[in-house]
Amino acid sequence: MNKILFSSISKKFVMALAGLFLVLFLPVHLTINFMLLKSDPGPFNNAARFMATFPVIRIFEIVLISALLIHITWGITLQIGNWLARPVGYAGGSKSETAFFSKFMIWTGASVLIFLVLHFINFYFIRLGLVKGNPEDFYSVAHQLFKIPSYAIIYLACFALLGLHLYHALSSAFQTLGLNHRIWTPVVKVFAWIYAVAIPLGFAIILITIWKFR
Amino acid sequence: MDLRLKIWRQKDASSQGSFETYPMEDVSPEMSFLEMLDALNKKLVEQGKEPVAFDHDCREGICGSCGMYINGHPHGPVPAVTTCLLSMRYFRDGETIWIEPWRARAFPVIRDLIVDRSAFDKIQTAGGFISVNTGGAPEANSIPVPKKDSDNAFDASICIGCGACVAACKNSSAMLFVSAKISQFALLPQGRIEAKERVRAMVEKMDELGFGSCSNTGACEAECPKQIRLTNIARLNREYYKAF
Ligand code: SF4
Ligand code: FES
Repeated sequence: MNKILFSSISKKFVMALAGLFLVLFLPVHLTINFMLLKSDPGPFNNAARFMATFPVIRIFEIVLISALLIHITWGITLQIGNWLARPVGYAGGSKSETAFFSKFMIWTGASVLIFLVLHFINFYFIRLGLVKGNPEDFYSVAHQLFKIPSYAIIYLACFALLGLHLYHALSSAFQTLGLNHRIWTPVVKVFAWIYAVAIPLGFAIILITIWKFR
Repeated sequence: MDLRLKIWRQKDASSQGSFETYPMEDVSPEMSFLEMLDALNKKLVEQGKEPVAFDHDCREGICGSCGMYINGHPHGPVPAVTTCLLSMRYFRDGETIWIEPWRARAFPVIRDLIVDRSAFDKIQTAGGFISVNTGGAPEANSIPVPKKDSDNAFDASICIGCGACVAACKNSSAMLFVSAKISQFALLPQGRIEAKERVRAMVEKMDELGFGSCSNTGACEAECPKQIRLTNIARLNREYYKAF
Protein backbone atom coordinates (compact mmCIF):
# COMPACT_ATOMS: atom_id res chain seq x y z
CA MET A 1 0.00 0.00 0.00
CA ASN A 2 2.84 2.36 0.83
CA LYS A 3 4.27 1.92 -2.62
CA ILE A 4 0.96 2.76 -4.22
CA LEU A 5 0.44 5.86 -2.03
CA PHE A 6 3.89 7.22 -2.77
CA SER A 7 4.17 6.32 -6.44
CA SER A 8 4.77 9.08 -8.97
CA ILE A 9 1.17 8.90 -10.19
CA SER A 10 -0.26 9.09 -6.66
CA LYS A 11 1.91 12.09 -5.86
CA LYS A 12 0.70 13.82 -9.01
CA PHE A 13 -2.89 12.93 -8.09
CA VAL A 14 -2.56 14.53 -4.66
CA MET A 15 -0.81 17.56 -6.17
CA ALA A 16 -3.61 17.99 -8.70
CA LEU A 17 -6.34 17.80 -6.05
CA ALA A 18 -4.50 20.10 -3.68
CA GLY A 19 -3.78 22.49 -6.55
CA LEU A 20 -7.41 22.61 -7.65
CA PHE A 21 -8.39 23.38 -4.08
CA LEU A 22 -5.94 26.28 -4.01
CA VAL A 23 -7.34 27.43 -7.35
CA LEU A 24 -10.83 27.59 -5.82
CA PHE A 25 -9.57 29.82 -3.06
CA LEU A 26 -8.17 32.51 -5.34
CA PRO A 27 -11.51 34.01 -6.50
CA VAL A 28 -12.65 34.16 -2.86
CA HIS A 29 -9.54 36.10 -1.89
CA LEU A 30 -9.85 38.33 -4.94
CA THR A 31 -13.45 39.19 -4.12
CA ILE A 32 -12.44 40.28 -0.62
CA ASN A 33 -9.53 42.28 -2.03
CA PHE A 34 -11.87 44.29 -4.22
CA MET A 35 -13.23 45.80 -0.99
CA LEU A 36 -9.82 47.48 -0.63
CA LEU A 37 -10.97 49.87 -3.36
CA LYS A 38 -13.65 51.32 -1.11
CA SER A 39 -12.59 54.40 0.82
CA ASP A 40 -14.26 52.96 3.93
CA PRO A 41 -11.99 50.39 5.60
CA GLY A 42 -15.01 48.78 7.27
CA PRO A 43 -16.18 46.19 4.74
CA PHE A 44 -12.68 44.85 4.07
CA ASN A 45 -11.73 44.62 7.73
CA ASN A 46 -15.06 42.98 8.54
CA ALA A 47 -14.56 40.43 5.80
CA ALA A 48 -11.04 39.77 7.08
CA ARG A 49 -12.36 39.33 10.61
CA PHE A 50 -15.12 37.04 9.37
CA MET A 51 -12.54 34.90 7.55
CA ALA A 52 -10.43 34.74 10.69
CA THR A 53 -13.20 33.76 13.08
CA PHE A 54 -16.02 31.90 11.32
CA PRO A 55 -15.62 28.22 12.33
CA VAL A 56 -16.37 26.68 8.91
CA ILE A 57 -13.77 28.93 7.36
CA ARG A 58 -11.26 27.96 10.04
CA ILE A 59 -11.60 24.32 8.94
CA PHE A 60 -11.35 25.42 5.34
CA GLU A 61 -8.19 27.27 6.31
CA ILE A 62 -6.57 24.16 7.81
CA VAL A 63 -7.36 22.22 4.64
CA LEU A 64 -6.00 25.07 2.57
CA ILE A 65 -2.69 25.26 4.41
CA SER A 66 -2.33 21.47 4.30
CA ALA A 67 -3.07 21.50 0.58
CA LEU A 68 -0.44 24.16 0.10
CA LEU A 69 2.20 22.28 2.08
CA ILE A 70 1.58 18.96 0.36
CA HIS A 71 1.48 20.60 -3.06
CA ILE A 72 4.88 22.18 -2.37
CA THR A 73 6.42 19.05 -0.83
CA TRP A 74 5.36 16.68 -3.61
CA GLY A 75 6.18 19.28 -6.24
CA ILE A 76 9.75 19.58 -5.02
CA THR A 77 10.13 15.82 -4.50
CA LEU A 78 8.92 15.03 -8.01
CA GLN A 79 11.05 17.76 -9.52
CA ILE A 80 14.21 16.41 -7.90
CA GLY A 81 13.36 12.93 -9.21
CA ASN A 82 12.86 14.42 -12.67
CA TRP A 83 16.21 16.17 -12.61
CA LEU A 84 17.90 12.97 -11.50
CA ALA A 85 16.19 11.03 -14.29
CA ARG A 86 18.32 12.85 -16.88
CA PRO A 87 21.88 13.19 -15.61
CA VAL A 88 23.29 14.18 -19.03
CA GLY A 89 21.47 16.67 -21.24
CA TYR A 90 21.40 17.13 -25.01
CA ALA A 91 24.03 19.19 -26.81
CA GLY A 92 21.61 19.77 -29.67
CA GLY A 93 19.01 21.15 -27.27
CA SER A 94 15.42 20.07 -27.04
CA LYS A 95 13.26 21.26 -29.90
CA SER A 96 10.18 19.14 -29.34
CA GLU A 97 6.81 20.83 -29.46
CA THR A 98 5.57 21.10 -25.89
CA ALA A 99 3.22 22.80 -23.49
CA PHE A 100 5.73 25.60 -23.00
CA PHE A 101 4.94 26.72 -19.44
CA SER A 102 5.05 23.16 -18.14
CA LYS A 103 8.83 23.44 -18.26
CA PHE A 104 8.95 26.17 -15.65
CA MET A 105 6.41 25.00 -13.08
CA ILE A 106 9.02 24.62 -10.37
CA TRP A 107 10.26 28.19 -10.95
CA THR A 108 6.88 29.86 -11.34
CA GLY A 109 5.82 27.85 -8.29
CA ALA A 110 8.89 29.00 -6.38
CA SER A 111 8.14 32.66 -7.09
CA VAL A 112 4.60 32.19 -5.82
CA LEU A 113 6.07 30.64 -2.70
CA ILE A 114 8.38 33.62 -2.18
CA PHE A 115 5.38 35.88 -2.47
CA LEU A 116 3.44 33.76 0.02
CA VAL A 117 6.24 34.03 2.56
CA LEU A 118 6.12 37.80 2.20
CA HIS A 119 2.33 37.75 2.41
CA PHE A 120 2.36 35.56 5.50
CA ILE A 121 4.84 37.83 7.27
CA ASN A 122 2.70 40.89 6.49
CA PHE A 123 -0.72 39.48 7.30
CA TYR A 124 -1.16 35.87 8.29
CA PHE A 125 1.53 35.73 10.98
CA ILE A 126 0.15 38.92 12.49
CA ARG A 127 -3.22 37.27 12.77
CA LEU A 128 -1.65 34.22 14.36
CA GLY A 129 0.19 36.53 16.73
CA LEU A 130 3.60 35.41 15.48
CA VAL A 131 4.52 38.86 14.22
CA LYS A 132 3.61 42.17 15.84
CA GLY A 133 0.97 44.31 14.14
CA ASN A 134 -2.67 45.31 14.32
CA PRO A 135 -4.82 42.42 13.05
CA GLU A 136 -7.90 44.66 13.21
CA ASP A 137 -6.77 46.95 10.42
CA PHE A 138 -5.41 44.98 7.48
CA TYR A 139 -7.00 47.58 5.22
CA SER A 140 -4.40 50.21 6.16
CA VAL A 141 -1.59 47.64 6.09
CA ALA A 142 -2.52 46.71 2.51
CA HIS A 143 -2.82 50.34 1.45
CA GLN A 144 0.56 51.17 2.92
CA LEU A 145 2.27 48.18 1.36
CA PHE A 146 0.79 48.82 -2.09
CA LYS A 147 2.35 52.28 -2.08
CA ILE A 148 5.89 50.98 -1.53
CA PRO A 149 7.24 50.75 -5.11
CA SER A 150 9.54 47.75 -4.48
CA TYR A 151 6.69 45.83 -2.84
CA ALA A 152 4.33 46.74 -5.66
CA ILE A 153 6.76 45.54 -8.29
CA ILE A 154 7.39 42.21 -6.53
CA TYR A 155 3.64 41.84 -6.11
CA LEU A 156 2.94 42.41 -9.80
CA ALA A 157 5.78 40.17 -10.95
CA CYS A 158 4.69 37.31 -8.68
CA PHE A 159 1.12 37.52 -9.89
CA ALA A 160 2.28 37.46 -13.52
CA LEU A 161 4.26 34.29 -12.74
CA LEU A 162 1.28 32.87 -10.86
CA GLY A 163 -0.69 33.32 -14.08
CA LEU A 164 1.84 31.23 -16.00
CA HIS A 165 1.71 28.61 -13.27
CA LEU A 166 -2.08 28.54 -13.28
CA TYR A 167 -2.34 28.21 -17.03
CA HIS A 168 -0.46 24.93 -17.22
CA ALA A 169 -1.68 23.77 -13.81
CA LEU A 170 -5.36 23.90 -14.69
CA SER A 171 -5.21 21.95 -17.93
CA SER A 172 -2.62 19.58 -16.53
CA ALA A 173 -4.56 18.79 -13.34
CA PHE A 174 -7.48 17.33 -15.27
CA GLN A 175 -5.19 15.12 -17.35
CA THR A 176 -3.48 13.92 -14.15
CA LEU A 177 -6.85 13.10 -12.60
CA GLY A 178 -7.56 11.03 -15.70
CA LEU A 179 -10.30 13.41 -16.80
CA ASN A 180 -9.72 13.65 -20.47
CA HIS A 181 -12.50 14.25 -22.94
CA ARG A 182 -12.86 14.93 -26.64
CA ILE A 183 -15.03 17.99 -26.06
CA TRP A 184 -14.31 19.05 -22.47
CA THR A 185 -10.50 19.00 -22.58
CA PRO A 186 -10.34 21.85 -25.14
CA VAL A 187 -12.96 23.73 -23.10
CA VAL A 188 -10.82 23.33 -19.96
CA LYS A 189 -7.82 24.70 -21.88
CA VAL A 190 -9.73 27.82 -22.90
CA PHE A 191 -11.02 28.21 -19.35
CA ALA A 192 -7.44 27.84 -18.06
CA TRP A 193 -6.37 30.72 -20.29
CA ILE A 194 -9.18 32.96 -19.12
CA TYR A 195 -8.64 32.07 -15.47
CA ALA A 196 -4.86 32.47 -15.65
CA VAL A 197 -5.25 35.96 -17.08
CA ALA A 198 -8.29 37.13 -15.11
CA ILE A 199 -7.20 36.25 -11.58
CA PRO A 200 -3.73 37.88 -11.62
CA LEU A 201 -5.17 40.80 -13.56
CA GLY A 202 -7.78 41.32 -10.86
CA PHE A 203 -5.16 41.45 -8.11
CA ALA A 204 -2.98 43.72 -10.23
CA ILE A 205 -5.79 46.17 -10.99
CA ILE A 206 -6.49 46.58 -7.28
CA LEU A 207 -2.85 47.27 -6.53
CA ILE A 208 -2.37 49.68 -9.42
CA THR A 209 -5.54 51.62 -8.57
CA ILE A 210 -4.45 52.07 -4.97
CA TRP A 211 -0.81 52.73 -5.84
CA LYS A 212 -1.59 55.39 -8.46
CA PHE A 213 -4.91 56.91 -7.44
CA ARG A 214 -5.22 56.75 -3.67
CA MET B 1 24.86 17.30 -50.53
CA ASP B 2 27.64 17.95 -48.02
CA LEU B 3 27.06 17.69 -44.29
CA ARG B 4 28.94 18.14 -41.04
CA LEU B 5 28.11 15.42 -38.52
CA LYS B 6 28.66 15.93 -34.80
CA ILE B 7 28.40 12.44 -33.36
CA TRP B 8 28.59 11.32 -29.73
CA ARG B 9 31.42 8.77 -29.39
CA GLN B 10 31.77 6.72 -26.23
CA LYS B 11 33.84 3.54 -26.00
CA ASP B 12 31.74 1.77 -23.38
CA ALA B 13 29.37 2.35 -20.50
CA SER B 14 32.13 3.33 -18.09
CA SER B 15 34.18 5.66 -20.27
CA GLN B 16 33.71 9.39 -20.79
CA GLY B 17 32.28 10.24 -24.17
CA SER B 18 32.61 13.29 -26.38
CA PHE B 19 31.43 14.69 -29.70
CA GLU B 20 33.50 14.01 -32.81
CA THR B 21 33.05 15.97 -36.02
CA TYR B 22 32.85 14.12 -39.33
CA PRO B 23 32.51 15.86 -42.69
CA MET B 24 30.31 13.88 -45.10
CA GLU B 25 30.46 14.68 -48.78
CA ASP B 26 28.14 13.66 -51.58
CA VAL B 27 25.24 12.45 -49.46
CA SER B 28 22.34 11.53 -51.72
CA PRO B 29 19.01 13.04 -50.66
CA GLU B 30 17.46 9.67 -51.43
CA MET B 31 19.41 7.94 -48.67
CA SER B 32 17.81 7.09 -45.37
CA PHE B 33 19.51 8.44 -42.26
CA LEU B 34 20.89 5.01 -41.41
CA GLU B 35 22.21 4.53 -44.95
CA MET B 36 24.03 7.82 -44.55
CA LEU B 37 25.59 6.49 -41.33
CA ASP B 38 26.45 3.23 -43.13
CA ALA B 39 28.31 5.30 -45.71
CA LEU B 40 30.15 7.13 -42.93
CA ASN B 41 31.08 3.83 -41.28
CA LYS B 42 32.36 2.41 -44.56
CA LYS B 43 34.62 5.43 -44.86
CA LEU B 44 35.79 5.10 -41.24
CA VAL B 45 36.58 1.40 -41.69
CA GLU B 46 38.55 2.18 -44.85
CA GLN B 47 40.55 4.72 -42.88
CA GLY B 48 41.23 2.09 -40.23
CA LYS B 49 39.03 3.89 -37.65
CA GLU B 50 36.32 2.54 -35.35
CA PRO B 51 32.87 2.71 -37.00
CA VAL B 52 30.06 4.50 -35.14
CA ALA B 53 27.97 1.97 -33.21
CA PHE B 54 24.19 2.38 -33.57
CA ASP B 55 21.21 0.11 -33.03
CA HIS B 56 19.10 -1.02 -35.97
CA ASP B 57 17.27 -4.09 -37.18
CA CYS B 58 14.17 -3.97 -39.37
CA ARG B 59 14.89 -0.66 -41.09
CA GLU B 60 11.20 -0.35 -41.85
CA GLY B 61 9.90 1.36 -38.74
CA ILE B 62 8.54 -1.63 -36.85
CA CYS B 63 11.21 -2.96 -34.50
CA GLY B 64 11.93 0.22 -32.54
CA SER B 65 15.66 -0.33 -32.20
CA CYS B 66 17.03 2.56 -34.28
CA GLY B 67 16.53 5.44 -31.87
CA MET B 68 18.91 8.36 -31.90
CA TYR B 69 18.53 12.02 -31.05
CA ILE B 70 19.03 14.16 -34.14
CA ASN B 71 19.20 17.96 -34.07
CA GLY B 72 17.11 18.32 -30.93
CA HIS B 73 14.50 15.69 -31.80
CA PRO B 74 14.29 11.95 -31.14
CA HIS B 75 14.24 10.24 -34.57
CA GLY B 76 15.03 13.61 -36.19
CA PRO B 77 12.91 16.62 -37.07
CA VAL B 78 10.25 14.87 -39.18
CA PRO B 79 7.10 13.84 -37.27
CA ALA B 80 5.88 10.24 -37.12
CA VAL B 81 8.95 8.50 -38.54
CA THR B 82 11.66 6.37 -37.02
CA THR B 83 15.32 7.16 -37.73
CA CYS B 84 15.52 4.30 -40.24
CA LEU B 85 12.70 5.86 -42.28
CA LEU B 86 14.02 9.40 -42.00
CA SER B 87 15.03 10.58 -45.43
CA MET B 88 18.11 12.72 -45.98
CA ARG B 89 16.11 15.04 -48.24
CA TYR B 90 14.86 16.79 -45.09
CA PHE B 91 18.35 18.15 -44.44
CA ARG B 92 19.98 21.11 -46.15
CA ASP B 93 23.26 21.10 -48.02
CA GLY B 94 25.99 22.30 -45.66
CA GLU B 95 23.92 21.58 -42.53
CA THR B 96 25.53 20.56 -39.23
CA ILE B 97 23.73 17.57 -37.72
CA TRP B 98 24.03 16.74 -34.02
CA ILE B 99 23.58 13.02 -33.39
CA GLU B 100 23.26 11.87 -29.78
CA PRO B 101 22.12 8.79 -27.89
CA TRP B 102 18.88 8.82 -25.84
CA ARG B 103 19.63 10.54 -22.53
CA ALA B 104 18.04 9.02 -19.46
CA ARG B 105 19.31 7.52 -16.24
CA ALA B 106 17.19 4.45 -17.00
CA PHE B 107 18.77 4.10 -20.47
CA PRO B 108 22.55 4.07 -19.89
CA VAL B 109 24.79 4.43 -22.95
CA ILE B 110 26.45 1.15 -23.89
CA ARG B 111 28.54 2.46 -26.77
CA ASP B 112 28.35 5.54 -29.03
CA LEU B 113 24.68 5.89 -29.98
CA ILE B 114 23.48 2.62 -28.43
CA VAL B 115 21.66 2.72 -25.11
CA ASP B 116 20.50 -0.13 -22.93
CA ARG B 117 16.70 -0.10 -23.23
CA SER B 118 16.16 -3.26 -21.19
CA ALA B 119 14.37 -1.08 -18.60
CA PHE B 120 11.37 -1.24 -20.98
CA ASP B 121 11.59 -5.04 -21.03
CA LYS B 122 11.56 -5.04 -17.23
CA ILE B 123 8.40 -2.93 -17.18
CA GLN B 124 6.79 -5.30 -19.67
CA THR B 125 7.82 -8.35 -17.67
CA ALA B 126 6.27 -6.81 -14.57
CA GLY B 127 2.76 -6.90 -16.04
CA GLY B 128 2.52 -6.23 -19.76
CA PHE B 129 0.84 -9.51 -20.63
CA ILE B 130 -2.34 -11.53 -20.18
CA SER B 131 -2.22 -14.98 -18.65
CA VAL B 132 -3.87 -17.41 -21.05
CA ASN B 133 -3.20 -21.02 -21.81
CA THR B 134 -1.66 -21.66 -25.16
CA GLY B 135 -3.47 -23.92 -27.58
CA GLY B 136 -5.87 -23.49 -30.46
CA ALA B 137 -6.92 -19.90 -31.19
CA PRO B 138 -10.37 -19.20 -29.68
CA GLU B 139 -13.24 -18.07 -31.91
CA ALA B 140 -12.59 -14.35 -32.48
CA ASN B 141 -16.23 -13.23 -32.28
CA SER B 142 -17.30 -15.09 -29.17
CA ILE B 143 -16.60 -12.03 -26.99
CA PRO B 144 -18.02 -8.92 -28.66
CA VAL B 145 -15.83 -5.79 -28.45
CA PRO B 146 -17.11 -2.32 -29.39
CA LYS B 147 -15.43 -1.06 -32.54
CA LYS B 148 -14.29 2.13 -30.80
CA ASP B 149 -12.51 0.16 -28.07
CA SER B 150 -10.85 -2.24 -30.46
CA ASP B 151 -9.65 0.69 -32.57
CA ASN B 152 -8.23 2.51 -29.55
CA ALA B 153 -6.61 -0.68 -28.25
CA PHE B 154 -5.08 -1.24 -31.66
CA ASP B 155 -3.77 2.33 -31.86
CA ALA B 156 -2.08 1.85 -28.47
CA SER B 157 -0.70 -1.55 -29.40
CA ILE B 158 1.39 -0.20 -32.27
CA CYS B 159 3.91 1.28 -29.81
CA ILE B 160 7.25 -0.21 -30.87
CA GLY B 161 9.04 0.45 -27.58
CA CYS B 162 11.61 2.70 -29.23
CA GLY B 163 12.02 4.97 -26.22
CA ALA B 164 11.66 8.25 -28.12
CA CYS B 165 9.04 9.34 -25.57
CA VAL B 166 11.58 8.98 -22.76
CA ALA B 167 14.25 10.70 -24.85
CA ALA B 168 11.97 13.64 -25.65
CA CYS B 169 10.56 14.13 -22.16
CA LYS B 170 12.32 16.72 -20.03
CA ASN B 171 11.80 14.32 -17.10
CA SER B 172 12.84 11.18 -19.00
CA SER B 173 9.41 9.85 -18.13
CA ALA B 174 8.21 6.53 -19.52
CA MET B 175 4.53 7.37 -19.06
CA LEU B 176 3.63 7.34 -22.75
CA PHE B 177 5.18 3.93 -23.28
CA VAL B 178 3.58 2.47 -20.15
CA SER B 179 0.23 4.07 -21.02
CA ALA B 180 0.30 2.42 -24.44
CA LYS B 181 1.08 -0.96 -22.94
CA ILE B 182 -1.66 -0.53 -20.32
CA SER B 183 -4.23 0.75 -22.82
CA GLN B 184 -3.88 -2.08 -25.31
CA PHE B 185 -5.10 -4.44 -22.58
CA ALA B 186 -7.32 -2.18 -20.51
CA LEU B 187 -9.68 -1.60 -23.41
CA LEU B 188 -10.28 -5.27 -24.15
CA PRO B 189 -12.27 -7.78 -22.07
CA GLN B 190 -9.36 -10.24 -21.94
CA GLY B 191 -7.17 -7.55 -20.41
CA ARG B 192 -9.63 -6.53 -17.70
CA ILE B 193 -9.07 -9.67 -15.63
CA GLU B 194 -5.56 -8.72 -14.51
CA ALA B 195 -6.00 -4.97 -15.01
CA LYS B 196 -5.39 -3.95 -11.38
CA GLU B 197 -2.31 -6.06 -10.75
CA ARG B 198 -0.93 -5.06 -14.13
CA VAL B 199 -1.13 -1.31 -13.68
CA ARG B 200 0.22 -1.45 -10.14
CA ALA B 201 3.16 -3.64 -11.08
CA MET B 202 4.10 -1.71 -14.20
CA VAL B 203 3.95 1.70 -12.55
CA GLU B 204 5.92 0.44 -9.55
CA LYS B 205 8.60 -0.93 -11.88
CA MET B 206 8.66 2.29 -13.91
CA ASP B 207 9.27 4.37 -10.76
CA GLU B 208 11.86 1.94 -9.41
CA LEU B 209 13.91 2.04 -12.62
CA GLY B 210 14.47 5.79 -12.32
CA PHE B 211 12.20 7.24 -14.99
CA GLY B 212 10.81 10.67 -14.12
CA SER B 213 7.18 11.59 -13.55
CA CYS B 214 4.73 13.10 -16.03
CA SER B 215 4.48 16.92 -16.21
CA ASN B 216 1.90 16.75 -19.02
CA THR B 217 4.39 18.55 -21.22
CA GLY B 218 3.45 16.58 -24.31
CA ALA B 219 6.91 16.28 -25.92
CA CYS B 220 6.42 12.49 -26.01
CA GLU B 221 3.26 12.71 -28.09
CA ALA B 222 4.89 15.21 -30.46
CA GLU B 223 7.87 12.93 -31.06
CA CYS B 224 6.38 9.42 -30.93
CA PRO B 225 6.95 7.79 -34.33
CA LYS B 226 3.76 5.77 -33.86
CA GLN B 227 1.71 8.79 -32.76
CA ILE B 228 0.64 7.30 -29.45
CA ARG B 229 -1.72 9.87 -27.92
CA LEU B 230 -1.69 11.60 -24.54
CA THR B 231 -5.22 10.32 -23.97
CA ASN B 232 -3.53 7.02 -23.19
CA ILE B 233 -1.74 8.68 -20.25
CA ALA B 234 -5.08 9.92 -18.90
CA ARG B 235 -6.34 6.33 -19.24
CA LEU B 236 -3.26 5.00 -17.44
CA ASN B 237 -3.99 7.44 -14.59
CA ARG B 238 -7.62 6.30 -14.43
CA GLU B 239 -6.61 2.65 -14.45
CA TYR B 240 -4.18 3.35 -11.64
CA TYR B 241 -6.80 5.03 -9.45
CA LYS B 242 -9.17 2.14 -10.08
CA ALA B 243 -6.50 -0.23 -8.80
CA PHE B 244 -6.43 1.36 -5.34
S1 SF4 C 1 5.11 5.39 -27.06
FE1 SF4 C 1 5.93 6.00 -29.06
S2 SF4 C 1 7.89 6.94 -28.58
FE2 SF4 C 1 7.31 5.76 -26.78
S3 SF4 C 1 8.24 3.77 -27.04
FE3 SF4 C 1 6.18 3.61 -27.91
S4 SF4 C 1 6.46 4.09 -30.08
FE4 SF4 C 1 8.33 4.78 -29.07
S1 FES D 1 15.46 -0.20 -37.47
FE1 FES D 1 13.56 -1.07 -36.85
S2 FES D 1 12.37 0.69 -36.43
FE2 FES D 1 14.17 1.54 -37.26
